[in-house]
Amino acid sequence: MYDWLLFLHVTAAFFLVITVVVLSAPALGYATDKRLLTIATVAWGIGGLGTILFGIWLAIYVRGYEVWDGWVIAAIVLWAGATELGRRAETGFNAGEGEPARARAAMFHWLRTGVVILLLIDMIYKPGH
Amino acid sequence: MVLAAVRPDAWNFPLLIHVAGAMVLVGALVLAGSSLIFAWRDGGGTMARLGYRTLLVGVIPGWIAMRAGGEWIASKEHLENSDLSWIGIGFSTADAGAVLIIIATILAALAWRRAARDAGGGALGKIATVLVSILIVTYVVTLWAMTTKPS
Repeated sequence: MYDWLLFLHVTAAFFLVITVVVLSAPALGYATDKRLLTIATVAWGIGGLGTILFGIWLAIYVRGYEVWDGWVIAAIVLWAGATELGRRAETGFNAGEGEPARARAAMFHWLRTGVVILLLIDMIYKPGH
Repeated sequence: MVLAAVRPDAWNFPLLIHVAGAMVLVGALVLAGSSLIFAWRDGGGTMARLGYRTLLVGVIPGWIAMRAGGEWIASKEHLENSDLSWIGIGFSTADAGAVLIIIATILAALAWRRAARDAGGGALGKIATVLVSILIVTYVVTLWAMTTKPS
């Protein structure tokens, strides 16, 4: 049970990074193809839902972890921040209204990338645990 | 219910490099694969170029970080010469994957150059797409082995 929860949680985290990597192409100006935006949006949907669902399940299931541990709460806050930043980035890229809008969308994308990196560091180091 | 595993602090950084590298590797493979599939369907040079560049500046650096981090964390855990099957799966898929990545990158580069000259290149791009797809499936299996650790 634990092994499968961990596998599903980590796989979902991979989907979050798939979103970040795929959206880096439009953010860097290498591609404007809407199909890439669709892939990124779907990947964040799967990864976002999977990480929060299986992450909380793991925090409840594993003795020694609690949902109210500082590093778990930090992860939930970072996850919510990344989701909102990503929503703004994807809205901006989808709108495609000139260079200023694209630059603003790219800024939100890079901010989300930073938050996802912090999320990974939090998951590995588990500060306070 | 299982007890939370506590690992030494010294293991965290190598593990971070290993996991972050693996995530970038898989993310870049998905981007490269998608771009090559779109190039396959549309016949355009732009997506072929994106597929090639993603393999070059995303997949290869991701693989290096994943492999180096894996070797580092394995040495910390004294698992370099382990007979554990999940360690074997990890090392063998990583090393075999490197060969496929290099071949896919070369083929994608040739496909892009030929597409840019309107000289075809579709078959090369298709082979690169298939190789990237195989790599994605392989690394999903590896991820399963790394997290469930079958003995």
